[in-house]
Amino acid sequence: MEGNIGELGQYIGVGLTAFGMGFAALGVGNVAGNFLAGALRNPSAAAGQTATLFIGMAFAEALGIFSFLVALLLMFAV
Amino acid sequence: MATEAHGEATGLSFHPMDQFIVRPLFSDGEVHWYTPTNVTLWMFVIVLATLALLVMGSRGRAIVPTRGQSVAEMAYGMVHKMIADIAGKDGLKYFPYIMTLFMFIVFANLLGLLPMAFTVTSHIAVTGVLALAVIVGVTVIGFVKNGVHFLDLFWIRSAPLAVRPILAVIEVISYFVRPLSLSIRLAGNMIAGHAVIKVFAGFAAIAAVAPVAVVAVVGMYAFEVLVAFVQAYVFTILTCVYLKDALHPSH
Amino acid sequence: MISLLQEAAHTAAEHTESVASSVAHGETETATGLPQLDMTSFGNQIFWLVVALVVLYWIVAKVALPRIGAVLSDRQGAITGDLMAAEEFKLKAREAEAAYDKALADARAEAGKIVAANRAEIQKELDAAIAHADAEIAARVAGSEQRIREIRDSADNDACEVARDVTAELVRAFGGTVDQAAVDQAVDNRMRGALQ
Repeated sequence: MEGNIGELGQYIGVGLTAFGMGFAALGVGNVAGNFLAGALRNPSAAAGQTATLFIGMAFAEALGIFSFLVALLLMFAV
Repeated sequence: MATEAHGEATGLSFHPMDQFIVRPLFSDGEVHWYTPTNVTLWMFVIVLATLALLVMGSRGRAIVPTRGQSVAEMAYGMVHKMIADIAGKDGLKYFPYIMTLFMFIVFANLLGLLPMAFTVTSHIAVTGVLALAVIVGVTVIGFVKNGVHFLDLFWIRSAPLAVRPILAVIEVISYFVRPLSLSIRLAGNMIAGHAVIKVFAGFAAIAAVAPVAVVAVVGMYAFEVLVAFVQAYVFTILTCVYLKDALHPSH
Repeated sequence: MISLLQEAAHTAAEHTESVASSVAHGETETATGLPQLDMTSFGNQIFWLVVALVVLYWIVAKVALPRIGAVLSDRQGAITGDLMAAEEFKLKAREAEAAYDKALADARAEAGKIVAANRAEIQKELDAAIAHADAEIAARVAGSEQRIREIRDSADNDACEVARDVTAELVRAFGGTVDQAAVDQAVDNRMRGALQ
């Protein structure tokens, strides 16, 4: 269990950024769930909106991926 | 550390990032800019795969398509429809360019899932160049087509005058985040998926959890096949969205 | 995920400390840090990416897309052509149906005509046969009547003869002289009334 305090802080920081990915997962689920709810109410309009769905999911996911990037940078680049 | 001790005791060794190392193909020396590396090899394979699908597949030019030709036509139809729906008919001029990006990314992602393969889209250098190619291209198109009116994209006339400068700052920032988010999204998805598969594969060395690990690897693999396609789709669709902004900045 | 990355970092660190341990793990090369952030390989990747993209763009733009586009428009043309041909065939089928109906009606009319003609012919023959039979019957009836009349006439004559003879004999028996002419006259007068 030897190590220095900086390394400890680094790992704690990396662990905290994992929360960011979890919240991104919530966001993506929210997008998909709301799309499904809307699509079930008006199935005829759903087919035309799949592109919008993917764009929305991509934006929601991108922010989670940013936190992943921060984690990687903390792990390997700092 | 505890994990380290555990790993040593059971012979576990995780090297999830080793698969991303750029290695020279023929020597063990330095990687110069011209050195043929595994990147070179897999990009060559991607080009060959595209050639096989799009050119060999449609070799027959059959009215009733063969299987390969159907797939080629499906890819063509999908990207064509995407551009026509999102960027409009005048976006179809850039169809070959967007099709090139789509075929490159989709084959890079899917071929990268083969065992022992190297995923070129998992490298930020590669996805960064792809994203910059899109953003620089789109910006140039925007200025050439619309001149100074392209800046209307940042100066939102439908908003009250007071908030327009604030919105302009936000819009400019979001515009410059676009290449970053494009490249990081693609590379991040690829890195994360491959690393997770590799880690699960590492757990298969422990007999007790090996069945779980194998099932998990199979499940993740199926998920990654989906992600590989969806990320290529998303990259292409966002390219179309940015192209629409460049062609019609006022909307 | 992140904790597993820690593992990676640890094994990487291990590697830098002792090469022997990584050789024991069967690894020839291990990532030191994130390979994606290794700036020395960027030039190489970007160079080959640009080469690959240029080649791919050439293939896609010059060969693949025109060909697939041509195939798709050919198919569209073929489908449109086929639809038009189908429309034509439909029209032809309709015409053929009309012609068939007409032929059927004609055949029916013809058959009706033939039946009527046959019926008339048969009627004619029948009428002729009936007329023939009627004529024959009439002839026979006439012949029979003739014969009956002759028989009756001869019977009348016989009766007259007998009456005359009987009268002559009676007259003789009563002692008169027989005037043959007077007897005949008397008998004929009486007989005319009786026989008629």
